[in-house]
Amino acid sequence: MSNDNSKSKQEVTSTDEFIKGLWRDNPVFVQVLGMCPVLAVSNTAENALAMGLATAFVLLMSNILVSLLRNFVPKQVRIASYILIIATFVTVTDYAIQAISVELHKSLGAFISLIVVNCLILSRAEAFASKNTIGKSILDALGMGLGFTLALFCLGAVREILGNGSIFNIPIFSDGYQSWIVMILPAGGFFTLALWLLIINAIQTRKVKS
Amino acid sequence: MNTESLGSIFLNAALVNNFVLAYFLGICPFLGVSGKMETATKMGGAVMFVMLISSMSAYGIHAFLVRIDAPFLQLISYIVVIASTVQLVEMFIKKISPALFKSLGIFLPLITTNCAILGVALFQTNKGYGFLESIVYSLGAGAGFMLALVLIAGIREQMNFAEVPNISKGTALTLFIAGILSLCFMGFAGLGA
Repeated sequence: MSNDNSKSKQEVTSTDEFIKGLWRDNPVFVQVLGMCPVLAVSNTAENALAMGLATAFVLLMSNILVSLLRNFVPKQVRIASYILIIATFVTVTDYAIQAISVELHKSLGAFISLIVVNCLILSRAEAFASKNTIGKSILDALGMGLGFTLALFCLGAVREILGNGSIFNIPIFSDGYQSWIVMILPAGGFFTLALWLLIINAIQTRKVKS
Repeated sequence: MNTESLGSIFLNAALVNNFVLAYFLGICPFLGVSGKMETATKMGGAVMFVMLISSMSAYGIHAFLVRIDAPFLQLISYIVVIASTVQLVEMFIKKISPALFKSLGIFLPLITTNCAILGVALFQTNKGYGFLESIVYSLGAGAGFMLALVLIAGIREQMNFAEVPNISKGTALTLFIAGILSLCFMGFAGLGA
């Protein structure tokens, strides 16, 4: 992480395409994209992880397809075609999750369908996959997807530990623990994300100073 | 079908389950265009209108898809309708009032990726609302979106004059304000139920 700045000045290597999504251009903490699912389904670590992986899958598949079709799609209708591609894969994911676990599907609710309008996916398709080769697009999607999952998990874990006294439904405190209900409620989502942003900002400013 | 009264559907969508502060839908424009009061109100108006149109079309599409037995096409056809509605609104505003068109700028096409709009269409289908109920629901959701946007724009305009630590400037501060607003809206719980 410490030599990120020196790296960015050099030629962009393929590992760099992957790493940048995890930290330097993290979709949630740095670019602040795709906020709706981040806040809505991060009330438990399990939901957060499932949502992150589902989004990463859709991102990967749509990046591959957009990159393959980048020379065939006319410029005027490109956004519409990207959205159609994304919607197709979201439908696939929706039905797959329903087949794997009805319970999980219920707790994620309409937010699986709402992956369609996740600005992160559309912005990667428009800003990266439509201009780069398929190999680079896959790396970019993997990095961004993992970064997104990581961020979601950071939020979900904090909210579940504080709000429920457990992680992955396993209690970690003794019975005397008074859970902070507010962390599971919507307001807790805003506060937790704000706190993470503060921490990241503090780290960045310290790095710039030194 | 549903037995809720129209009034309680409206209150539910606008206040109790406010789309922005309780369901986290439409956070991107909420964080993006809430810096100035003027753009916030215009954006709110445009979103309300698109919401109403797409909600009505979604009702028709759902009925049609049930008839031809193709529920897996739901998501794809909803998003196409929303995208074309936004395009229509864009052309309409351009023709009627070029000044308004200019001031909304890039935010107009971005309404397509506003999850609140797709959210309204999906939720009304899940809840099994009829035609009239769908319209009231989308109006309530639009009003709630507008309310949240205007509230936070007002607070942010005031916050410009406040001294805050450097690291909390920008998104982090907005999120803190949103969290406090969301706490306030919890006070409405049980109002329309």
